[in-house]
Amino acid sequence: MSIASNISRRDFLRVSAITGGGMLVGFSVFAHTDPTLTEGEFTPNAFIRISPDGSITLMAPNPEIGQGVKTSLPMIIAEELCVDWQKINIEIAVLDAKYGNQVAGGSGSVRSRFTALRKVGATAKTMLVDAAAQTLKVPAEECYAENGYVIHKPDGRKLSYGSLASKAATLPVPSEVKLKDPKDFKIIGTRVKDVDVKKIITGKPLFGIDTRREGMLFAVVARPPAYGKKLKSFNDAETRKITGVKQVIPIKNSIAVLATSTWAAKKGRDALNVLWEDTDKLESTADHDAAFLDMLSRKAPDTSRNDGDVEAAMTANHKVLDVTYHTPVVSHAQMEPLNFFADVRDGKAELFGPTQVPGSLRGQVAKELNIAPENVTIGLPRQGGGFGRKLMPDNGLEAALVSAAAKCPVQVQWTREDDMQNDFYRPSASFRYRASFENGDLLAWHQASVWLNRGNNDDTYPAGALQNFRAESQGLATNIPMGYWRAPGHNVLGFAAESFMDEVCYELKKDPLAFRLELMEKAKKQPVGKINYNPDKFKSVIELVATMSNWGKKPVADTYFGFSSWFSFNTYVAEVVELKMINGKPRVQKVYCAVNCGKVVNLSGAENQVQGAIVDGIGHALLTQLTFDKGAVVETNFSDYRFLRMKEAPRDIVVKFVPSEDPPTGLGEPALPPIAAALANALFAATGKRFRKMPFEA
Amino acid sequence: MKEFKLFINNKEMTAEADPDTPLLWVLRDHLNLVGTKFGCGVAQCGACTVHINGKAVRSCLYPVSAVGTNKVVTIEGLSVNGDHPLQQAWEELDVAQCGYCQSGQIMAAAALLKRNPKPTDADIDAAMTNICRCGTHVRIRKAIHVAAKKGGAAK
Repeated sequence: MSIASNISRRDFLRVSAITGGGMLVGFSVFAHTDPTLTEGEFTPNAFIRISPDGSITLMAPNPEIGQGVKTSLPMIIAEELCVDWQKINIEIAVLDAKYGNQVAGGSGSVRSRFTALRKVGATAKTMLVDAAAQTLKVPAEECYAENGYVIHKPDGRKLSYGSLASKAATLPVPSEVKLKDPKDFKIIGTRVKDVDVKKIITGKPLFGIDTRREGMLFAVVARPPAYGKKLKSFNDAETRKITGVKQVIPIKNSIAVLATSTWAAKKGRDALNVLWEDTDKLESTADHDAAFLDMLSRKAPDTSRNDGDVEAAMTANHKVLDVTYHTPVVSHAQMEPLNFFADVRDGKAELFGPTQVPGSLRGQVAKELNIAPENVTIGLPRQGGGFGRKLMPDNGLEAALVSAAAKCPVQVQWTREDDMQNDFYRPSASFRYRASFENGDLLAWHQASVWLNRGNNDDTYPAGALQNFRAESQGLATNIPMGYWRAPGHNVLGFAAESFMDEVCYELKKDPLAFRLELMEKAKKQPVGKINYNPDKFKSVIELVATMSNWGKKPVADTYFGFSSWFSFNTYVAEVVELKMINGKPRVQKVYCAVNCGKVVNLSGAENQVQGAIVDGIGHALLTQLTFDKGAVVETNFSDYRFLRMKEAPRDIVVKFVPSEDPPTGLGEPALPPIAAALANALFAATGKRFRKMPFEA
Repeated sequence: MKEFKLFINNKEMTAEADPDTPLLWVLRDHLNLVGTKFGCGVAQCGACTVHINGKAVRSCLYPVSAVGTNKVVTIEGLSVNGDHPLQQAWEELDVAQCGYCQSGQIMAAAALLKRNPKPTDADIDAAMTNICRCGTHVRIRKAIHVAAKKGGAAK
């Protein structure tokens, strides 16, 4: 996944006057004026829109998939713009180059845009202050901005942003603006509620699935029932008998049934008589897993990292710990089943629906339909979860193809079963970890991994803290599509590595926290090779979570603890799971989590992301797996593809952020990788049994 | 196709649909009440939860022909001004992440408070079986307790 780099001065700030007054501030790669602007109308084509009536609208540029950026990104603008958060409107931007990289992925939205969006707000504020100074005929230095007003300090005269907008828009754009001292932040770092909260709790249309347009038909699509199969032929006689079915259209390897309601389209789809033919290998999970074990027994062709001499440190004279871990394929299963609205007519395509990569979708639609990219418009609703599924734009592209063939607006709706069978999954993986010991200390560490599709770069902590360290990884080719799932690679590597670290500590009879702190000291004072993490930041979260959880302090009856920490997306996380044995069954009571992610923008949203990642990680560790039988998923819906319910979830999750003035780092993903190991380590403390294979309860 | 006369959110509404059409799709596609969500279609996730005569029902498997004269309440009709104590608590605690499952969660919680105005944690465990893929469980639990304190059953 690529992360948008900070938008630099070269992507110059543009301020344009709007006919009828008002100002727009935004990044622009267009020199011309937006053609959609008409007299008196303020089209959302930039980050800030201030109209003469005083209304202020801020644009949220990145897709909102539940990670909170529809709230947090505008907060950054609002902070420097000096406006009253309660009095502004927020809109999700449509896809447009002037908004920069509109991607939801890699925990990148806030960290890539933080400084750029501060400048957007500060530039507009500076121009409003200049406009006020000119209006009042006073020096700009005597004026300051606050809550949507510019105030003349000496005499207290106040001018609203609305009254200044038209004038401000005519002023030159300052080349340099002064950003606030973080000590003066009034919005960043506070608890702000999701901007859509009222619509969510009252059931207002918000999501792609809620799209309703004049003349729109609902479509449900028959796709191959297994990987390795393709469409041979079909008979739609029964489908056409169903009331409401309007069209049946083959699209590549699929057949779309269009009807006047979702239910009629689904019934029509299910009534199709389709012949699928085998055109490739039909793969099964059992075969993958057997191949993994075979591959782990042999040396991998590629080495991610090799420090010292691991083999020399693992001779017959050394005590060696040698264990394997396994994690299954899982599906994204975002709550809102995939869907997309498309209206392709007259050489133009209008799309609206859930995607994490609208730019990539535009490119694919333009190419497949042979339409100029500027004739493909993509609007973004709020989205019912993402988790990486919609980094692939297949759902939007398919809807565009269906609409183009049907020559009418359509909403393609996937069923949950469609969603499970047609995903880009988290690859399964097997791990072999070996460690050797000498004089009561860890001498060497060797980790080897095998993943479906391709290997992973396993050059991560604890590399750099150990004299002898080797990591190697390889992939097993498959025709089942693998993709990005929340914290790709880290999500299961963190489990294996931190479970093994706990086994090492147990072998050494050392406290798991104290031992990790020792490793961090070594990484800091005598680093071995390149260190790609910051030992002090790692220590900051380990020490904070120790305090939060009272680690190692007086034992409580029937209560057991497990610890784990991980570093991903430039963020450091340490977690402690507290569980109780209730009627002989372990039950997670509480989780403590310390995070160092630089400056926190929205405390409520940030906490929610961390709590959610912890529940997500515990659920998948305990319950969830997706298996394949001859190319078809075995678990087709939530009846056997299990998610954590209230009774299994932690009663409480305490989150603390290490105070920091560093720029924000990733947050949507980093709290997930360590939690499965913290849970496994707590389960070991409670039961004496190691849980090395997910899902633990399978 | 058959015409059904339904009593939804204190209003009489009519929909022409096949009798086997789940209430969920009649609400969403025929009556444009899209607050009730589709999640699984097999009554597992609870995103489609509505009230029928005050009880929580998963509408994705409930045929419209079975509704009859029973009173249906959807998230849009839970309160006139969006101020049911549970809605207030959900707002106060900023429960949602993606928000997709939350109308179903609120409807499930509202049915719980109606029959049990002061639920314990164990009561919440037993009653709240909806799936939240984002993992807002901790905040949902707290919000139910907050609403119960405010007299969540009063409405």
